[in-house]
Formats: sequence, structure tokens, C-alpha cells
Amino acid sequence: MSAAPAAFPRDQFHLAEEHEHPEGSSTMLGFWIYLMSDCLIFAMLFATYGVLGTSYAGGPGPKELFELPLVALNTSMLLLSSITYGFAMLAMTDGKVRATQAWLAVTGLFGLAFLGIELYEFAHLIHEGAGPQRSAFLSSFFTLVGTHGLHVTFGLVWLVVLMAQVGLHGLIPANRRRLMCLSLFWHFLDVIWIGVFTFVYLMGMLR
Amino acid sequence: MTNAPLSVSPILGRFTLESLPLHEPIVVATFAAVALGGIALLGAVTYFRLWTYLWREWFTTVDHKRIGIMYMILGVVMLLRGFADAIMMRLQQAMAFGGSEGYLNAHHYDQIFTAHGVIMIFFVAMPIVTGLMNYVVPLQIGARDVSFPFLNNFSFWMTTAGAVIVMMSLFVGEFAQTGWLAMPPLSGISYSPGVGVDYYIWSLQIAGVGTLLSGVNLIATIVKMRAPGMTMMRMPIFTWTALCTNILIVAAFPVLTAVLALLSLDRYADTSFFTNTLGGNPMMYVNLIWIWGHPEVYILILPMFGVFSEVTATFSGKRIFGYTSMVYATMVITLLAYVVWLHHFFTMGSGASVNSFFGITTMVISIPTGAKIFNWLFTIYRGRVRFELPMMWTIAFMITFTIGGMTGVLLAVPPADFVLHNSLFLIAHFHNVIIGGVLFGAFAAINYWFPKAFGFRLNQFWGKVSFWFWVIGFYFAFMPLYVLGLMGVTRRLRTFDDPGLQIWFVIAAFGAFLIALGIAAMLVQFAVSIRDREKLRDTTGDPWNGRTLEWATSSPPPDYNFAFTPVVHDADAWADMKAHGYVRPTTGFKPIHMPSSTGTGVILAGLSVAFSVGMIWYVWWLAGLSFVAMLAVAIAHSFNYRRDFHIPAAEVVAAEDARTRLLASGALA
Repeated sequence: MSAAPAAFPRDQFHLAEEHEHPEGSSTMLGFWIYLMSDCLIFAMLFATYGVLGTSYAGGPGPKELFELPLVALNTSMLLLSSITYGFAMLAMTDGKVRATQAWLAVTGLFGLAFLGIELYEFAHLIHEGAGPQRSAFLSSFFTLVGTHGLHVTFGLVWLVVLMAQVGLHGLIPANRRRLMCLSLFWHFLDVIWIGVFTFVYLMGMLR
Repeated sequence: MTNAPLSVSPILGRFTLESLPLHEPIVVATFAAVALGGIALLGAVTYFRLWTYLWREWFTTVDHKRIGIMYMILGVVMLLRGFADAIMMRLQQAMAFGGSEGYLNAHHYDQIFTAHGVIMIFFVAMPIVTGLMNYVVPLQIGARDVSFPFLNNFSFWMTTAGAVIVMMSLFVGEFAQTGWLAMPPLSGISYSPGVGVDYYIWSLQIAGVGTLLSGVNLIATIVKMRAPGMTMMRMPIFTWTALCTNILIVAAFPVLTAVLALLSLDRYADTSFFTNTLGGNPMMYVNLIWIWGHPEVYILILPMFGVFSEVTATFSGKRIFGYTSMVYATMVITLLAYVVWLHHFFTMGSGASVNSFFGITTMVISIPTGAKIFNWLFTIYRGRVRFELPMMWTIAFMITFTIGGMTGVLLAVPPADFVLHNSLFLIAHFHNVIIGGVLFGAFAAINYWFPKAFGFRLNQFWGKVSFWFWVIGFYFAFMPLYVLGLMGVTRRLRTFDDPGLQIWFVIAAFGAFLIALGIAAMLVQFAVSIRDREKLRDTTGDPWNGRTLEWATSSPPPDYNFAFTPVVHDADAWADMKAHGYVRPTTGFKPIHMPSSTGTGVILAGLSVAFSVGMIWYVWWLAGLSFVAMLAVAIAHSFNYRRDFHIPAAEVVAAEDARTRLLASGALA
């Protein structure tokens, strides 16, 4: 907010007019800082997986457990949801309420599909006796992937709430700001997932 | 693996009447005292019909000044609890010689040293630091409030909720018996099957949410809300240290959240992160928690460096010496805070090269810190020094902290650390820097900004009594621990065999007793000052001839802080205004845009206490229900779009006219 030092005469010590910080002017910065702190939580979980990822304790390893075609399908669901969220933002910029809501709904469906496939994978692993209690490798695998899944779940709740709020009040500045925040959050989860996909699944198959 | 308790009732979880520590007379007596005091307090609030006032004006407020004051109150109240633990330990260790078991059994003693550490760091030092930043930063940068006022209220109540959970453990169940960092495998479910570690985990997780969000909030505030003309290099040093501290908070607390979450999974879901079996790795916990833990100590000390900078400049009547070097020293400390964590466990066996790297980075930190000490000394040099209380605390800090810093450099030498690791030498060292740095800083700050916050100065006589008892008491309490540490005495011992050691523990206990008098004198100081408030009244808003913007407004400041947004030309903005013939505007006031109060923060924090109780006692229905309720309340809050109002110009005129009259009366007197 600071203006160039020369902008004020040396003897001016206050602004005569009320100096408004436009409502929500710090929100994007604040949300970005929050996302970085969330990113650190994932960094910790990745580091934990890095340390424990080969501690199979005589149990199954990635090669026996992971099914890449399923993971590929899952990844494509999430990536597609990011693209459709982008379309929602384009519709928002054009001020189209219905189109924004529709694209948000599509995004939510892709997100649900992602979660469904992930839950299926988890159930399958647990059924095979490869649950999080089996070894430190599986503990860290379930925690890393599950924490991402929890984030997606919260993102979905938020998305539904925002659809309702856009319906109630239209694309007012407050709602646009909220959509921007969720957009950051949603794409952030995509980036994290690309890390998971590469570091956990692909590298796991190479081990 | 699990050593699950025998029965978990679907309604009360693992809570039974046995969980109440009725067999511990000390706890029962404490409970009686606390309950009577609590009933008296609640009764008084009801009798004087203060509930509505408290709810409207304080609990639901989003005013950064009131939230700051509430943080400080929380910190001081918890200081009493933390100190009660401390003096109990000192007494036990002074007594338990020659076959005597002392007066505390092992189960109780182990909870006390754990609770002491947890409370002093998380619920004394952190609230005081956060409270100071909350109160002072918006005033120093010429803002009306923080960037996210509701979030600020929510953060405060989450911190309080954490404190409530810790206090609850005193009377219902037990606290952790693991030491303040709850290292596994001791803190794992097999060795700590009770509720103690769960109390520990949930109190820190809940308070941690508050700390993290207030960190985000203050960074955004400092980056976005500065008055026009205040470039980064014109920010007051305290604001600079607050910025760096909050960057540290945002970059460190998620690590604590993550590592405690993993420990919870080990305890609740039977995973194997930190177990000795199934591939778990307990040493990873030590690594992860110190990646948070080391920055944490800088989170505590950096704002105090800011306090000392403000105090030294003000009471020497000079601009701070070496402003630029002060800023860079702060930033260097912020960075180095992340590359020294391994010095907490040189004995883990990482090898000579790793240990030397971390030993050297640790020693390097003394360079920017030393630069700061010299900057303060050069500020004092040829200054017109006034030895008011804040300045006295600053001098005591410089001497004490330098000693603590030097013993820190000793500990940074890995071979020396192999001898001194976990000894009382270490205990003496960190109390030397935390009491000598953080607490002395807090007392300097309280004496310095109290007149700003309440409109009257603190009594000097009782302040000096408190000062001397504290400082002398500190040396009596902790210098013997250096000696004992060099003799090889380790920390957390309950009984001793060697009678030759006893005298040192008796001296340390005497020191703790002196500190108790220091704390009592401080409470008397508050009481006497409130009684004599008219005599101590500050009519000017600038009782110390201050240099930064918070002294430009009235004491206490109006809700809106500044009737007109200030324009800044210099790092010492207020000193510059005074030097350039600034005239306070008395006309032309406009309506002022302000955020509205909300009760959502209190409700969410209350629900999170209920959620934690459910998790701690395995009362799953309560945990589930309160979690859903939290979500519902948060979502409902997001449907409220009207979060601000305007203070009408007439009200601003009335407040400013009152100040004009006050200033005139002060000028006449």
C-alpha cells in the first residue's frame, strides 16, 4: 500500500480523505500464505514417505499393490476437474451465473469420481491385508494419499457451499473472491497429486 | 500392539470415576482452591451483571487491541499455573535426598515437568508474543485493524481452547508424563496408554490452528495495511521482527501439526510411523519435531528483540543505531533458524560431518545476535538514558541473555554436547535465554505499552520490587543448575543419591522462591496501579516521548486507532512528526469503515474443546457431533455477508473533541 516516498509533501502528516483498504484486498495474499503452510504439511508427509517408503516390514511393496491403470484413470479425473474449474472461472469473468454453476457442478462430479476411485483402491488394499497397520510403508502411503483425499473432500464441501452462495447473491465481488480462493485451492491439490502420482506411484513401480 | 484400556463405554468412552485424581491430595486441594476461586469469579461477574458487557465488548470483539489484551491476560494467568509447576519441582528436588522420596510421586512429578514446559512455551510465551504483536503492529503501521479481524478473534479463542484443554487435564484424568516434546516410543500407545498424551496432542493441535492463522493474518496485515509513505525500510523495528516472526510461524507450525497428526495416527489408528516395530522410526519424530522446535525459539525471541529496540531508542532519546543492520540481522536469524535443528540431538549419531555442519550453523547465529547487542549498546552510548522500568528490564536482558548466549555457543560444540546433552546445564541454558530474553522482554513490553493500552502508567515502586526479585531470583535459581549440569546431573530426575548435590538444589529452590516474590510484586503492581489510576493517568498519549506511530494517538486509542490515516516520512514516524511541527487535526472528520463483532469464534473454539474431549476420552459420538457442528457453524458464518459498519462522523468528532479537551487539561496541569 505504500506510495512512493516523494508522493507526499514533507509537511503532510495525514490523509484528509478517508483511506479505504478495499474490502478483501488482502484475501488473496492471505489465502496464498495459508496454502503455502498447507504445502508444508504435504512436504512433511512426502518426507515421511521418503524415509519410510521402503520399510515393508516383510509385507507387500508397491509393485505388488499398485495398479497403474486405475491410478491413471484417477489422475485424469482430477486433472479434468482442474480444467473444468478453469472453465468455471472463465464463465465467472464473463459474469455468467448459470454457466459458472454448471461448470462448478461438473468439477464437483469429477472430484467425486476421483474420491470414489481412491476409496475403491483403499478398500481393495485393506481387503488384501495391506492396510495402514501392516507396515510403516503402508502407514505413510495411506496418510499421504488420504490427506490429499481429505483435502479434496473439504474442497467439495466448499464447492457446494459456493454454488449455493453464487445462486443466492450472484457473482458479487465477495463471491468472485471466494471462487478465486477455491480455484487456488483446487489447482494446488492438483499439483500435490502430480507429486503423489510421480513420487509414490510411478517411482514405486520402479523400485 | 495396542494396549487398549479394558472397557470403552459407548456413552462415556474410557471415562470412569477412577479417572478423577481423588487419591492425590495435592490435586484435590488445588481443585478445591481453583473451584472456589472460579465460583467466586463467575459469581462476581453475574452479580455485577457483566456478562452482556463481556460478551459484547470483549469475547466477540474483532478489535485487534482488545484481542491483544485478552492474549496478554491469558499469558499472565497461565504464567501463574506454569510457575506453580516450577516451584513444585524445585521443592521436590531440594527435598528428595538421602532416601527421601520428596512429596511428589513419580506419576505426579512426571506430569508436572511435562505440563510446566508445555504451558510455559505454548500458553505463556506464545500468547504474550502474539498479544503484543496484535496490539502494537496495527498501531505502529497506522492501520485501523488487522487484515482479517474475524480470523483474529477466532485465533485467540482457539489458543484459549488449547489452554482450557491443558487445564482440564489437571482435574480430569492426567497429563502426559513424557516431557514437553512427547518423544516416542514413550509417547506411543504401548508405553502411554492413558489419556495424558492425548490431552497433550489435542491441546497443541487446537492452539496450533490459532497460532498459524494469526501468523497468516499478521503477515498480510504488515504487507498490505501499512500507512502511505511507510516503505519496508521505514517500518519500526518491532514491526520488522513481528513480520519475521510470523513468517517463521507460518513456515514452522504446519510441521508441528503434521508430526502430531502422525503421532495421533500411531496412537489411534495403530499405524507404525514412530514405533519400534513394523518399520517405524522413532528418530524421525525427533527430527521432525525439532524442525518446528528450533524456529519456535526464534518465534519467541525475535519480537522481544523488537521490543528492546523500541525501548532502547525511546529511553535513550535517540534513533536506533544501525537500523539497516538491525533489519538484516533479523532476516539472517530468520533464515538460520531453519538450519540448526539438528543441534538438539547431536547424540543421535548422525556422524561427524553432519554434526559439525549443524554445530557451525548454530555458532553462526551468534553473529547477527551479537550485532543486535552492539546496536543497542551504541544506541545507549551518548544517549540521554532514562532508567524507567522498560529500560531496566532491557539492561537486565542484555546482561542475562549474553550469558545465556555464551553457554549456547558452548553447547553448540558437538563434543561438549555429548557430555552436556540432557543435563541440567542445558536446562540452565534455555531458561537463561527464555527467561532472560522472552520474559524480561515481555515485562519490558508490558511496562512500556501498558499506558498506551489502558491510559495510565504502572506503579514504579512495585515494578522495581518485582524487577529486583525476578532478576536476582533468576540468578539464584539457574546458576546452580549450570554447576550441577557440569557435574553430570541429568534433567527430569525425581530423587537423588549423592548428598553433596543437595545444597545446589536448595539454592535453586531459594531462587524460585525469590521469583515467586517477583511475580507477587508484579500482581501488586497491577493492583496498585489500577487503584491509583487517576494519579498515573496519561493524558498525552505519549508518556515516554515515543518515536513510533502508536504514540501519535490517544491512550487508550479509540476503536478506529487514527481519525485520519497517517502519512509517514521516516522510520521514527512520530518523532519525525513532532520534529516537523505536526499539528493534530481537529476538524474535517469523516465516517470510518470498521469490521463488526461476531460470536462465531467463541462458538467454534467451544466446539473444538468438545471435539477434543471426545477424542481424548474415546467418546466418539461427542467427537463426531461436535465436528459436524463445527462445520455447520463455519458454513453458516460464510453466509453472512454483512461484516462491517461505519462509525458515524459525529461519534468520531465526539471522541476527538474529548481528546482535545484532555490534551488541553494536560497542558495546563
